[in-house]
Amino acid sequence: MVQYTQTHFDASFAALSDVTRRGVLEQLARADASITDLAEKFDMTLTGMKKHVGVLEQAGLVTTEKIGRVRTCKLGVCRLEEEAAWIERYRQLWDARFNALDNVLEQLKRKEKADGRKKRK
Amino acid sequence: MDARRESEPTSPRTTVARKSERELVVTRTFNAPARLVFEAWSRPELFKQWWVPKSLGMTLRSCEMDVRTGGKYRLSFGDGMDFFGRYLEVVPNSRIVWTNEEGGENGSVTTVTLEEKGGKTLLVMSELYPSKEALDAAGTGAADAMHESFAQLDELLATLR
Repeated sequence: MVQYTQTHFDASFAALSDVTRRGVLEQLARADASITDLAEKFDMTLTGMKKHVGVLEQAGLVTTEKIGRVRTCKLGVCRLEEEAAWIERYRQLWDARFNALDNVLEQLKRKEKADGRKKRK
Repeated sequence: MDARRESEPTSPRTTVARKSERELVVTRTFNAPARLVFEAWSRPELFKQWWVPKSLGMTLRSCEMDVRTGGKYRLSFGDGMDFFGRYLEVVPNSRIVWTNEEGGENGSVTTVTLEEKGGKTLLVMSELYPSKEALDAAGTGAADAMHESFAQLDELLATLR
């Protein structure tokens, strides 16, 4: 997972290193667009734009969906990154619980020590 | 039982791994014997103290638990937010298995096992969902809810700085 995340960040940075691709992200933040729209807007060939969108898609920054003959692009979140994020939040929740449980256990241990001589139920 | 001293099996930190498409496994080591960990998990007045840590900014309105095989539990936060289910299996000081029925058909089954070694207890908690989709959905939902809680925590921490 960690390794994957590293690779994933590299892919994201590579994707963002290009001015056209940053422009495409800005454009998609305003509205979804087809590859044809984007190619026109950025004055590029369809093939060139497909390549840029492919890089953004690989990095998990953009998702595309083909409806009929038109491929629509929208801003997207990489699912694996999303999963890593919620698993980390889940871990933080249980970590907070277990840290609180440590305190409860310390209380119980102290109480047992104090009750040392008493018969245990 | 084993006379040989094995290297410490785990660090005390909480780890989470997605063991399969529909199972999450959490581990943690406690510096206390298993019977105390079991006690903290099975007596409501103790359970309440840690299951909803203060940092979450929430309080339990009620906590009913009948920790024995076939028993039921219900934790209420008010506002209709309830967690409830049944204990499928309870073996004192070593194992608790329960259903999480608030999730309906997509609810998970949680299994906690306690393994004591040299006065410390390794806790392994597995959450098994009926399907990959159910786990993914729970994750996204819980992440949203938790995100809110942690946002509150961030705010609180900011005021303390």
